[in-house]
Amino acid sequence: MAKNSLLALGALVGLAVVPLFVSNTYILHMLVMVFLWALLGQSWNLLGGFTGQVSYGHAAFFGVGAYTSAIMVKSGLSPAAAWWGLLLGGLVAALVGAVLGWICFRLRGPYFSLSILALSEVLRLIAVNWKQLTNGAEGILYIPAFNSKAAYYWIILAVVTVSFLTIRAVMRSKFGFYFLAIREDQDCAESLGINTTKYKLYSLLISAFFTGVAGSFYMNYMGFIDPGIVFSLSDISIMMILVTMLGGAATMTGPAVGAVLYVLMSELFRDPPLPMWIPFREAIAHLLKSGHLFFFGILIIVIIIYFPHGIVGTLHEKWVNRKLRLAGRAAAAAPKGVA
Amino acid sequence: MSPQVAGQIELLGQVLISGILLGGLYALIGLGMSLIMGVMKIINLAHGELMMVAMYGTYWMFTLAKVDPYVSLLVVCPAMFLLGVAIQKFLITPVMNADSVLPQNQVLLTVGIGLVLSNLALLLFSANYRSVPVSYASKTIYWDVKMGGQTVSLSFSYPFLVAFAIAVSLGVALFLFLGMTDTGRMIRATAQDKRAASLMGINTKRITYITFGLGAALVGAAGALLDPVYYLYPQIGGPFTSKAFVITVLGGLGNIPGAILGGLVLGLAESLGSVYISLGYKDAFGFIIFVLVLIFLPRGLLGKGRA
Repeated sequence: MAKNSLLALGALVGLAVVPLFVSNTYILHMLVMVFLWALLGQSWNLLGGFTGQVSYGHAAFFGVGAYTSAIMVKSGLSPAAAWWGLLLGGLVAALVGAVLGWICFRLRGPYFSLSILALSEVLRLIAVNWKQLTNGAEGILYIPAFNSKAAYYWIILAVVTVSFLTIRAVMRSKFGFYFLAIREDQDCAESLGINTTKYKLYSLLISAFFTGVAGSFYMNYMGFIDPGIVFSLSDISIMMILVTMLGGAATMTGPAVGAVLYVLMSELFRDPPLPMWIPFREAIAHLLKSGHLFFFGILIIVIIIYFPHGIVGTLHEKWVNRKLRLAGRAAAAAPKGVA
Repeated sequence: MSPQVAGQIELLGQVLISGILLGGLYALIGLGMSLIMGVMKIINLAHGELMMVAMYGTYWMFTLAKVDPYVSLLVVCPAMFLLGVAIQKFLITPVMNADSVLPQNQVLLTVGIGLVLSNLALLLFSANYRSVPVSYASKTIYWDVKMGGQTVSLSFSYPFLVAFAIAVSLGVALFLFLGMTDTGRMIRATAQDKRAASLMGINTKRITYITFGLGAALVGAAGALLDPVYYLYPQIGGPFTSKAFVITVLGGLGNIPGAILGGLVLGLAESLGSVYISLGYKDAFGFIIFVLVLIFLPRGLLGKGRA
């Protein structure tokens, strides 16, 4: 255990000093996006992977977090560098999560998933139509407070670390066991005396909080949001699920692995590094660029059919199987009558 | 009666008429989803995208061969049936019993299918809005009602009327099919209890293929009927998937007559809300009713659905 903690601490320090040596803004931007998606994947994973409540509407919390920050800046309630806004964005998102959870947890399974999707669409429509508050479909522009990417890098690294530690602590506490019990068999959990509605709500609150923080950070970092971006079903809600499933749902490190692959793939689609000699280079680049969701859709289908446990989950399974096989061999080799 | 009151009555009548006509089409969309949900217990999140595929099929048949959208139903529905069977057979059935951490892999799979379909359409046909310019697109039939000395003139859009009539006949045909034929009985038996149905010698796998095919064919019909009165673009499916889901929840999950009622209620809510409250929130009214039903009538409007 201590060895693992030291290793993790070393890795964290290693990541933290990266901006001191890397001044390439493109690489820093990629890393910021990886951390952002790891944060989103982790948040979704707590509710969807560990608690088994698959949400198709997490863009609701992302959008609420982003708009909380944006509205504070716009209305002059906060100075330009509103870093405490991250916290506020998370809190407002959690508040919205409490309301959505109160409504949606009346339903189970896929019906829960879809009802939360419906409510996130309602929030998007409100953001489009409530022009005085949100500036409507025009969106809100904001000049980022820091010029250097390094500042954002450290902020998002800190947030991702906090969320990782929080979720790990939660999953090691009694809450975590309740969450797993609810995922495995809700009726059984209820009959054992777990107030399932209450614990599903706790899981949603934590998940919505970190998603809101991520949305808030996105607003501060990108400097522009509109309802179509931050409340997007296909670009936020579905991609949070993709990131988690790619890495491995219900694993601690899965979302981070998924985030690395997702950001790399998005970059490949956005700016495909095709050699100059390839025929129809422009056409292929255009196809990849405009068809990125098409390929992500195929990726979702392939993952579900062939790697239902994701990368980390599949590797873990292989490792466990190998251990079992070795243990079996050892037992077979042992003299009879002893085992 | 003063002319102002007559005007108000005219507006209300008009809103109710367009709501009901629209509701007929919505019911057709909801029926397909309700059928699939009843038999397979999964929500088909590619439902609107299937409709989009049918809409493009109808569009190209009209543009290239001048086939009337109502005639093209005869081609579009069987083609959508086959597409539905293929999706069920090659994509959904393999993961139906797969072991996985997430309980709803099949539903996520339909999300993936929907993304693939809509973005394939985007790649092939570009994001342009298109419409099917049939000669009768803006033809209307007027109905004058004498009321307290004033004349209230109500108009019925011709393509909407035809669409409504076809939707109703397809609904009745589905009802008869489920109630009177052997295959229909097998579908209902599978929906009630899959294991018991397979013990009674029903090939439930085949039934799931047929069900998904039927659902796709129904939503395909809705797409073809919607073509003359609506515009189409690759991302049109998403909002209709949510509408279909709202309809099925309103009607009670997996309840076929309920789906028809749900469609009518949604159509009325949208048209009343957009005239009397706000046009910008047109798509939100369905969701708001949906949330109210979830809170107060979790078993659907008819109270017979599975909660």
